[in-house]
Amino acid sequence: MDWNTLATALFGADHGITQEGDLLRGTVHFDREPLAVIGTTNHAPIGVRLALAQARAVLDTIAQHPGRPMLLLIDTQGQQLRRRDELLGINRAMAHLGMAIDLARRRGHRMLGLVYDQALSGGFITSGLIADACDALPEAEIRVMRIPAMARVTKLPEATLNALSQTNPVFAPGVGNYVAMGGVRALWQGDMPAALREALANAPVDDRRALDGQERGGRRLSASVVQRVLDAA
Amino acid sequence: MSALDTAKVSVSYAECSARERIARLVDAESFHEWLPPAERVTSPHLAQLGVPSAFDDGVAIGRATLAGRPVFIAAQEGEFMGGGVGEVHGAKLVGLLRRALRDRPDAVLLLAESGGVRLHEANAGLIAVSEVMRALLDVRAAGIPVVVLIGGANGCFGGMGIVARCADRVVMSDMGRLAMSGPEVIEASHGVDEFDSRDRALVWRTTGGKHRWLSGDCDVLVEDDVTAFRDAAIAALDASMPVTLARLELEHALLASRLRLLPEHVAGDEAVALWARLGVADASRVAELDVDAVRALRTV
Amino acid sequence: MSDIPAGLEALNYSFAGQRAAGHFAPVLVGVVGSGNLEVLMEPAAGSNCDIHIETSARGFGTIWEAVMRDFHQRHPLAGVRVSINDMGATPAVVSLRLDQAVSELTP
Repeated sequence: MDWNTLATALFGADHGITQEGDLLRGTVHFDREPLAVIGTTNHAPIGVRLALAQARAVLDTIAQHPGRPMLLLIDTQGQQLRRRDELLGINRAMAHLGMAIDLARRRGHRMLGLVYDQALSGGFITSGLIADACDALPEAEIRVMRIPAMARVTKLPEATLNALSQTNPVFAPGVGNYVAMGGVRALWQGDMPAALREALANAPVDDRRALDGQERGGRRLSASVVQRVLDAA
Repeated sequence: MSALDTAKVSVSYAECSARERIARLVDAESFHEWLPPAERVTSPHLAQLGVPSAFDDGVAIGRATLAGRPVFIAAQEGEFMGGGVGEVHGAKLVGLLRRALRDRPDAVLLLAESGGVRLHEANAGLIAVSEVMRALLDVRAAGIPVVVLIGGANGCFGGMGIVARCADRVVMSDMGRLAMSGPEVIEASHGVDEFDSRDRALVWRTTGGKHRWLSGDCDVLVEDDVTAFRDAAIAALDASMPVTLARLELEHALLASRLRLLPEHVAGDEAVALWARLGVADASRVAELDVDAVRALRTV
Repeated sequence: MSDIPAGLEALNYSFAGQRAAGHFAPVLVGVVGSGNLEVLMEPAAGSNCDIHIETSARGFGTIWEAVMRDFHQRHPLAGVRVSINDMGATPAVVSLRLDQAVSELTP
């Protein structure tokens, strides 16, 4: 779904969210309360510049609008694959964005992620996955890496990875899998404002994802291994 | 005492296995492992791909003492699946961090050596890395320092490269590497002119310990020696630095100014250009200098 | 017909032991990496030496058997369970790790 279509469905045609390159920003009113919107579009590759731009928006909201909820709109192809960004510490810039979102959470800002198109790897770790919770549109896709690159690194044939992507929840990019595994909290279908309202009301503030994965059956070991460590003599 | 008695035999941190690093880093015999190999808490996902499991799923976790003080410690085994984080591996790290919140050791030491998400476990690994990041930030917020040590041959990449920079302190040797994407992935994506992954000197100028020290992306630079890492870990025991808005503003200013410092087009080597612009003396000779000399050159 | 790779090969060997190992803390040597293996040695009830191997290098059963027999001749342990995760180690490396494990057995 195009971000503008989504924004209009959520907040009306005069939502006020602007696009500057790949960056989305704005303040909307939802149920008569202000809500900050920060995100990316165009399957944005996240380089140092874009990570910092998003962090700036989060930090500004923490400083100027204590307690204001933030909605992170996610459409990214993951980290920018450039030597220059590595030299300049893209991992640090991404950690900085993640820590800004995490600080906002701890200071009582409701932080919600929504994957509305695609999310890969580092781009997802530092956005939706560090929010209070991350939801998604049903048609969204989430991946760790594109298959050709994955084949090179793992030495597993592309044909094998393609086959696994069809059948195996651990490899399949559909958001239904991520819901089953606890990585995504819920899917937004039909009435978009109702879905946002529900998310604002019900998203947890502690990390429930391993428990969700266990309850939903998609990730059966994580929660029990964590508990085992807690209980170990 | 003769000179031989006092001479310290240097042990390469890079050449040690994860378990050897733990054994040599903490006080002698003080390591008590949780979920040890004999309990066989292994990956549920690898056998279907014809890949052997490891009895500890590639990470050893437990408690120990360091200079007599209680610490929790985890060490990733870089030889197993490149140290990649899978479902169980990640859950062991999360369990250790959650336990730290409850038991309040003086520090949590993370001996990181990892390519990031274990691709063979794809989605499960990605969520696991994120859970590690959340749990680490919980420990940091509770005032317990999380110290990441990086010095293995495989470096600390991918999602673990992000996790590392969420810690209170990062210690690297010049052998270590800290980054996001590996050079091979960048080369495969944008060509050899973008990043020649076989040019080792270039790889280390871009992601290695000396560069991260000079650019401020690690807090301590040590030799490739287990005792040096131990000493740095001891020094970090009181280095709790909870995340605050003020700290993040400083961080933001540092990263933003560094971005402005390096022009889009640079004649010659970009790392050398960046170091020169950071005011590092002798920037062109950094690769040949030893760790002591490089330590003295930092300006940030 | 499938594009999914064939699984691991599991192999089992059991020898009547002569030298009781007694009680000992489990021993782990080696790492599961390319051309390498890990060996876990634990006390077991009874007087056998039971060996279980999981390997990604399929089709070498005869060689594994020979290596295990040789190992048991060097160290005819009784009441021991040996578990191996292997990623294509040579017989020489396998023998080395097994001997290393034995050398680390302490009561």
